[in-house]
Amino acid sequence: MLKIQDLHASIEGQPILNGVTLELKPGEVHAIMGPNGSGKSTLANIIAGRDEYTIESGNIEFEGVDLSELSPEERAHLGIFLSFQYPVEIPGVSVTNFIKTAINQHRKARGQEPMEAKDMLRLMREKMELLEMDKGFLSRSLNEGFSGGEKKRNEIFQMALLEPKLAILDETDSGLDIDALRIVAQGVNALRSPDRAILVITHYQRLLDYIRPDFVHVLHKGRIVKSGDKSLALELEKRGYDWLKETAS
Amino acid sequence: MEFLDTITQSEYAYGFTTLIDSDTLPPGLNEDVIRVISAKKNEPEWMLDWRLEAFKIWQGMTEPEWANVVYEKPDFQAISYYSAPKPKKTIDSLDEVDPELLKTFEKLGISLDEQKRLSGVAMDVVVDSVSVKTTFQAKLKEIGIIFCPMSEAVRDHPELVKKYLGTIVPRTDNFYAALNSAVFTDGSFCYIPKGVRCPMELSTYFRINEAGTGQFERTLIVAEESSYVSYLEGCTAPMRDENQLHAAVVELVALDGAEIKYSTVQNWYPGDANGKGGVFNFVTKRGLCERNAKISWTQVETGSAVTWKYPSCILKGENSVGEFYSVAVTNHHQQADTGTKMIHLGRNTRSTIVAKGICAGKSNGSYRGLVKMGPRAKNARNFSQCDSLLMGDACGTHTFPYIEIENSTAKVEHEATTSKIGADQLFYCNQRGIPTEEAIALIVNGYCKEVLNQLPMEFAIEAQKLLALSLEGSVG
Repeated sequence: MLKIQDLHASIEGQPILNGVTLELKPGEVHAIMGPNGSGKSTLANIIAGRDEYTIESGNIEFEGVDLSELSPEERAHLGIFLSFQYPVEIPGVSVTNFIKTAINQHRKARGQEPMEAKDMLRLMREKMELLEMDKGFLSRSLNEGFSGGEKKRNEIFQMALLEPKLAILDETDSGLDIDALRIVAQGVNALRSPDRAILVITHYQRLLDYIRPDFVHVLHKGRIVKSGDKSLALELEKRGYDWLKETAS
Repeated sequence: MEFLDTITQSEYAYGFTTLIDSDTLPPGLNEDVIRVISAKKNEPEWMLDWRLEAFKIWQGMTEPEWANVVYEKPDFQAISYYSAPKPKKTIDSLDEVDPELLKTFEKLGISLDEQKRLSGVAMDVVVDSVSVKTTFQAKLKEIGIIFCPMSEAVRDHPELVKKYLGTIVPRTDNFYAALNSAVFTDGSFCYIPKGVRCPMELSTYFRINEAGTGQFERTLIVAEESSYVSYLEGCTAPMRDENQLHAAVVELVALDGAEIKYSTVQNWYPGDANGKGGVFNFVTKRGLCERNAKISWTQVETGSAVTWKYPSCILKGENSVGEFYSVAVTNHHQQADTGTKMIHLGRNTRSTIVAKGICAGKSNGSYRGLVKMGPRAKNARNFSQCDSLLMGDACGTHTFPYIEIENSTAKVEHEATTSKIGADQLFYCNQRGIPTEEAIALIVNGYCKEVLNQLPMEFAIEAQKLLALSLEGSVG
């Protein structure tokens, strides 16, 4: 589904990714771990199409399509979803209005008519239940005055509504207390399916107790220095990143 | 000023009698020109005297320069002050209309009938607009509401016009108000009798005399005790006009317990992307509130090259309420200096100001507002919120709040923010599948929500689309 080959990328001339190779197949859950500044969020943003980054060499393909020529919205329409580490506030735009616009833009890209208001509402109610959100949430301004937990829940809520093929969770666990973490993980797990891939980016292995990955990769200085299964995450928890930094350099 | 001397001292080359027969007066302004205007309108003597007095006052005034705008001052001698209302050139179908204009109409979601009306397509077959208007007129008349062109009111309701005209915006008020008083040719008059709630939104759209908007409009709305009226002015469709200078005066009188809601969508031609052409819009709008009365101004300003406009409320009666909700968009080389004045005179008077500026391109937007708490305005309250939204880094925004407090029980709150549509916000929307143009529309409409919510429903939807359209191509 997602194929990244020897990807080199930079921001303002500063190299950040130095040859990342990664493949995700439908149904798989991959975790990318690594110390701060290792390039985890950069990777997520590059897949989603943020234009501050320059791809120096290498390829990113999604279902056989070269992503480098596509705008962020075109990538979204193909089914790529990024749950942001820091979701932005849009004052005066309600959660409902924002999601309605997003869903209808997806439908438009597929040549479909806008969704009927009552269908939209039913769908939202259903997903809200899953994420244990209260009704008042829908009429609040997007992310404005939201707690850390509410912001992340809102991200997963949108993901549940947009039903992407590839979901990238960028530090979704940061700023969450244990209850919120459980609820968010529950939302993500409900989306696990044989034809959907999930890329979990996290600093700590805590989230991986809830969202069990099939593969774990360690990113350091812009390269994947080690890959393994769930046990690698546990090992990192115990030993930290330093032993890998040594082997990498 | 030298040019005023030139205008006023030179003999009028064409003479009075020839002037009265012509459809368009040659450029220039003097007493004879005013006599011609008055005669063309069949005005009574008192009206002519009032105009001539205004003209004298104007001659002694100089053009204001305090606004934060830069423009070449109009040559008052080069303006023709009267042009007979010409029937709009009618065409047979929309196929003959400039396709660019039709595209704009479509984006604004303007109905086909409305499109035809705006572009001058003969409408007799599609919709009998005259009969629609007549029906409305009849309905209004039944409950005693007068809604007619100003010139008609001067002839048919002189006692009302005499009583109120120039009482809120006196001829001495400012340079452009004085000029308007001397030469106004068009405008609306509206009178709501005691206790009557006007059953529909009144708009210039339904005015009988559709001669096209004048350069010097004069509007007077009088709401008698405990009456209510909502008035809509303007149009979201782009208004092109060969007149560069527009200097309107609007006066509102809200007597005890009355409420006037005045909504404006202003979309005069702003000039091209390089700042060439465009309308100068120098407007004086003011309302007076007696006891328990309320005046609410809502404006969405997207047009004009230079705007200079401060809809104001004089809160004279106790417990009266003034509101000002404004969105002012400037793009390309547009300049706007706009805001309000809330003059609290009576006890327990309250006012709310919500001003949202949006600047894009190389434009310049200023909020200028006065909140004055008079010595007898015990327990008066004001809340002001002035926000600016910037797009790109070549535009400028300024806030000039003036606060004068003359008693210790008054409370004034002022909040101001400046923000930018950030790359982060746009990327977030893009990632959710929302393209940049749509994302800007979404963000801007969210930002303006408090103001747009004040507009009547249909107007609000059009205004939303207009905002998006005005800002098209302003980011990325």
